[in-house]
Amino acid sequence: MDIHEYQAKDILSSYGVKMAEGGLAYSPEDAVQRAREIGGHIWAVKAQIHSGARGKAGGIKICKTHDEVAAAADYLLGKRLVTHQTGAAGKVCGRLYIEAGTEIEKELYFCFLVDRSSERIVMVGSAQGGMDIEELAINNPEAITKIYIEPAVGLQDFQAREMAFALGLDSEILSHAVKTIRGCYQALRALDVSMLEINPLVVTKSGELVALDAKMGFDDNALFRQQKISELRDKSQEDPREMAAADRGLSYVGLDGDIGCMINGAGLAMATMDMIKLAGGEPANFLDVGGGASAERTEKAFRLVLADKNVKAMLVNIFAGINRCDWIAEGVVHAVKKIDMTIPLIVRLSGTNVEEGRRIIAESGLPIITAETLAEAAEKAVKARNEAVAKES
Amino acid sequence: MAILINESTRIVVQGFTGKIGSFHAQDMINYGSKVVGGITPGKGGQTHLGLPVFNTVKEAVQQAGAEASIIFVPPAFAADSIMEAADAGIKYCVAITDGIPTQDMMTVKNFLRRFPLEKRMILTGPNCAGTISPGRAMLGIMPGHIYMQGQVGIVGRSGTLGYEAADQMKRLGIGISSSVGIGGDPINGSSHRDILEKFEQDPETKVVMMIGEIGGPQEVEAGIFFKEHMTKPLVAYIAGLTAPEGRRMGHAGAIISSASEGAAEKVAMLKELGVTICPSPAAMGVTVAEVLAKL
Repeated sequence: MDIHEYQAKDILSSYGVKMAEGGLAYSPEDAVQRAREIGGHIWAVKAQIHSGARGKAGGIKICKTHDEVAAAADYLLGKRLVTHQTGAAGKVCGRLYIEAGTEIEKELYFCFLVDRSSERIVMVGSAQGGMDIEELAINNPEAITKIYIEPAVGLQDFQAREMAFALGLDSEILSHAVKTIRGCYQALRALDVSMLEINPLVVTKSGELVALDAKMGFDDNALFRQQKISELRDKSQEDPREMAAADRGLSYVGLDGDIGCMINGAGLAMATMDMIKLAGGEPANFLDVGGGASAERTEKAFRLVLADKNVKAMLVNIFAGINRCDWIAEGVVHAVKKIDMTIPLIVRLSGTNVEEGRRIIAESGLPIITAETLAEAAEKAVKARNEAVAKES
Repeated sequence: MAILINESTRIVVQGFTGKIGSFHAQDMINYGSKVVGGITPGKGGQTHLGLPVFNTVKEAVQQAGAEASIIFVPPAFAADSIMEAADAGIKYCVAITDGIPTQDMMTVKNFLRRFPLEKRMILTGPNCAGTISPGRAMLGIMPGHIYMQGQVGIVGRSGTLGYEAADQMKRLGIGISSSVGIGGDPINGSSHRDILEKFEQDPETKVVMMIGEIGGPQEVEAGIFFKEHMTKPLVAYIAGLTAPEGRRMGHAGAIISSASEGAAEKVAMLKELGVTICPSPAAMGVTVAEVLAKL
């Protein structure tokens, strides 16, 4: 789960990380009020969306008067911002963070994340901040310092100092740098953070170390013990179909193709999508119905797939282990009748009670196309999709 | 032979008396696995499915000679159960539980590393379908009847995609020595490489099939191990060619987070390491058949 910049800053400042003064605004009037409270002569009006690279997408405006603040807020609120992280659909800005302008001496990059190779938390930093870390990793990898944290003892001060020196920080702010780094690590451990990024971390002209941006992602598996974090969820930043799926215990990701999919198991789902592509089609979605696909769940999954109006054909691929093919077949027949499905449906069943499952489909009298193997299922789905498209035109 | 489990492996079930634990314990017994009891704290001394219930894993090891365990404990308590098994002297543990927090798994891995190698419990999973040595024993939740006994070792992250592979092979008359699910989580007990090492040492296994996914470094690490240490052929399929970058695909692990972790990049690297690549998920059976024919 991701949170907004202002929420991450709120959390981190309670762990001793310094921020510029700022406040949240939902309207241009709010924004001007916040700017007045903050005082000074320069403010950043920052769109709060769950994505990096907001600056490049025009989501951050530097303003020198209250009128400019109001105009920037008016422009950004309700605007759909598209970055390389949001996908083409972009994300709508519904909240703004108004922050005091910071006079920047130096921009640095800093983050903590879980490293899958070493199975440890790794601290990553670079004196060349402000830019894309992915780009830096490719073009200038020696400019990046990585320090691994031993899980039994946690982050040590010497490691924090090592990072501070690698970031090129002066001795005057060394103790504050250590405090900042330790604070981030403590937040990460206490709150089940999976990713914490400060880009840029800046040294101001007055010699202070300030987090100019902050991004935090949390381990979804740990939200059961992070009640306060769960409450920070902003559903407006999430795909409504994916959210509806999650609420029903299904795992759904919308894609750009037109062959809808319902599959059990994430690996088999990805393999089936690959197979559709190899057969010349494009999958409309990833949908894992999981282990216990009841008739009710199957119907919900069908509704979810068919809610995407691009879908021209639908493929069901179930390999029953804990599931039984006869239960799945009953669920499919029930769903098709209830929903009054008008597009072609291809069903491939395999595993436990497969004969019984196929019999139920065959005897339903519904125009369901059946397949025995994965390859046959994908080929039939692409063929049915092509015929449906040809009929339309 | 086979790896990790066979007909004489003495198995206990952690989370024995719960609905899911009971169902799968019965299924494993029906398959012929030597289940000797189970653990549910507070219910020690009772009998369940005709078998003794123990309060602790230690008691199960001492009184029933338990060697392997399978975990059906809810995510919030699963890490604790894994560490209890390791501490009690269980040799091999399968964690079925889906949804264990990443930091808990880091603690588990760190705990396991404290044991000297010869006393260290082998863990596979979490979030996996378990392990089966067809015709001998099943320590998992898979449909046992789709596996035929034979000479191909399977290691994979995904449950149902592993079933698909076994099913394709069975249709071609190809059997399995053991099939091991390592699970879809970012931090798991054993990697592809760890399991390849076991298959390499198993005289019965002639060919190994690795079923990987986008995300994480483990498939490429396994490819490097293959090139440097393996005498047996390795066949691989990597799922997720169509998965868009940066999106999560069901498994917490299946996220592309760096350039070398996409399916196409992984396939290219594995090819370079001499691994035989399945061109499509429908060709897992035939590719293994071709490799077997050349032996």
